[in-house]
Amino acid sequence: MIIDINFIGLIIASIMASAVPLILASCGELITERSGVLNLGVEGMMIIGAISGFALMTVTGSLIIAVFGAMLAGVLISTIFAFLTQTLITNHVATGLALTIFGIGISAMIGKNFVGIPGKEFPVLFEGLKDTIPLLGSILFGHSIVFYFAFALPFITSYFLKKTKIGLIVRAVGDSPESASNQGINVKFVRYACILYGGAMSGLAGAYLSMIYTPQWIENMTGGRGWIALALVVFSTWNPIKILIGAMIFGGLTIIQFHMQAIGVRIPVQFLTALPYIVTIIVLVVISRDSRKIRLSTPSSLGKSFHKDN
Amino acid sequence: MHKFLIRSFVSSLVLLFSLTVAAVAKDVKAAFVYIGPTGDHGWTYQHDVGRKAVEAAGFKTTYVEGVPESADAERVLRQLANSGHDVIFTTSFGYMNPTNKVAKEFPNVKFEHATGYKREHPNVSTYAARFYEGRTILGTIAGTMTKSNVIGYVASFPIPEVIRGINSFTLAAQKVNPNIKTKIVWAFTWYDPGKEAEAAKALIDQGADVIAQHTDSTAIVQMAEKAGVYAFGQASNMDKFAPKAVLTSVENNWGPYYVDRVKAVANGTWSQKDTWHGIGDGMVVISDLDSQMPADLRSKVKKLQADLASGKVHSFTGPIYDQKGNLMVAEGKTADDGMLAGMMTYVKGVEGDIPK
Repeated sequence: MIIDINFIGLIIASIMASAVPLILASCGELITERSGVLNLGVEGMMIIGAISGFALMTVTGSLIIAVFGAMLAGVLISTIFAFLTQTLITNHVATGLALTIFGIGISAMIGKNFVGIPGKEFPVLFEGLKDTIPLLGSILFGHSIVFYFAFALPFITSYFLKKTKIGLIVRAVGDSPESASNQGINVKFVRYACILYGGAMSGLAGAYLSMIYTPQWIENMTGGRGWIALALVVFSTWNPIKILIGAMIFGGLTIIQFHMQAIGVRIPVQFLTALPYIVTIIVLVVISRDSRKIRLSTPSSLGKSFHKDN
Repeated sequence: MHKFLIRSFVSSLVLLFSLTVAAVAKDVKAAFVYIGPTGDHGWTYQHDVGRKAVEAAGFKTTYVEGVPESADAERVLRQLANSGHDVIFTTSFGYMNPTNKVAKEFPNVKFEHATGYKREHPNVSTYAARFYEGRTILGTIAGTMTKSNVIGYVASFPIPEVIRGINSFTLAAQKVNPNIKTKIVWAFTWYDPGKEAEAAKALIDQGADVIAQHTDSTAIVQMAEKAGVYAFGQASNMDKFAPKAVLTSVENNWGPYYVDRVKAVANGTWSQKDTWHGIGDGMVVISDLDSQMPADLRSKVKKLQADLASGKVHSFTGPIYDQKGNLMVAEGKTADDGMLAGMMTYVKGVEGDIPK
């Protein structure tokens, strides 16, 4: 088979499109984790975003209402998590798992009336420029606004954490809530805000799936992408730029595997499915050899509850 | 693993709920056990359409969705049998052993198992549909409509049902167009819209201009619509999801069979049966043919449909050779049901190997 340059462009564009929900959810979760909160409910918040976006699009007919509504739905469901873990000081892991189970169940319930309805077409930008540049044309142009936002987000997140005062506050709260609290920072408030932001991004990731990537609603349509987003945060060692790379690898493996199948190369599918997780473990093993580095990059109070009075 | 735990947890919640709402009535009650959610718009959805037909015929029904093919299934079946159901339909292959096991304990309850072959007790029947007949029609259309002579096929799992579909599709396509090539991509899922769309995209990027699928979601026809290639609906009529791409759909139509069997229970005429119905009996239905197809192709397809229904044409008519060139079905013969049920080799013309 002849591999021409535009074909490679098409593959890269497919990989990028599949990475979008992972980047969005991971960048949101990264902020949450940087503030010291481990929210395992990403899958649940994503699926809630997916059904909310699809339902609002069907009912109101407005894509803008649907996209922001999905983010709001993510915020609302993460508020439950925030209230439980920050106000009632429940265990982060158990609460996050409960959030996922809750999200999957309630989305199925809401979604009953939306099965079998085709979605609306989501507008793409710069469609006309696609053929102007070989290779890069199909990579750069003809995508939805959410796609461009997702690829800007890691850089914005990185700038936010490193260069802004609020970013530093978030990191301080995640590393040492006691010291931050002594400095007069309202730890509970910061963590609430970070959890809600994580919810909004997961909601947007879900809406991307149900409104843009595969415009339809079916139960469990997130298909475990929330868990991959969580693995990505660890894989990236809490560095937003590495999320971008990781999401391309995680998303790309499936697509490259399908291409290899169509060409006629056979690799055991089970191996490829496991590969992202194997890569994560390898990365973790490699970085954990350097204990100084892991201390620097991991939010030290991740997953620990904070009581103001002790 | 997490997903599995969550799924089983959710399904047990659903189960509890469904059992509490189980209707109380003195006439015949039918229960349905589903592998997936009724919201999949595919396999389970179509069974549920069949269940609604039973309701419409005036019978009480109950269903339990998302039941794993494990010890859980036995528990669900036992509970359904205990709570006064007269006939229980188990709608996935993996329920075969649980169905037979529980059937032994409840000789007065009738059990109907879909797509299985074990009938160990007189109160167990099996039923399945000859979907491969529908795929003969799709292959004929695909072979005629393709311009690139590359046809993409998104497959789910390497089991006889799927291999049979690929073979029947390819044989029919080759018959009308000897130059075609069927490229197969195994998605290893029955439904995951994202993955299915990615598989279809890979095939389209590699030159396929007609896409067939043996997975359940509508993501593939939508991807075909976006890319401007043709596709076929699976299990239900998917035309509204991709009006330009979908040429026709093969629909699973369980309703008439379900109504028939529940009525038989009510009349006391129910007896053990092994049913394998196709186009002729209306269990496999071909949706309307798209007007983009040339008129002569449409009339050809209509005729083929009638001939498959009457038995004049069989999807597997010899001579059929396997990939290595060994004769599978001799000239003038047709493949018997035993061969069809255990088909695990590709016919000549299919590219690649069956994954293990």
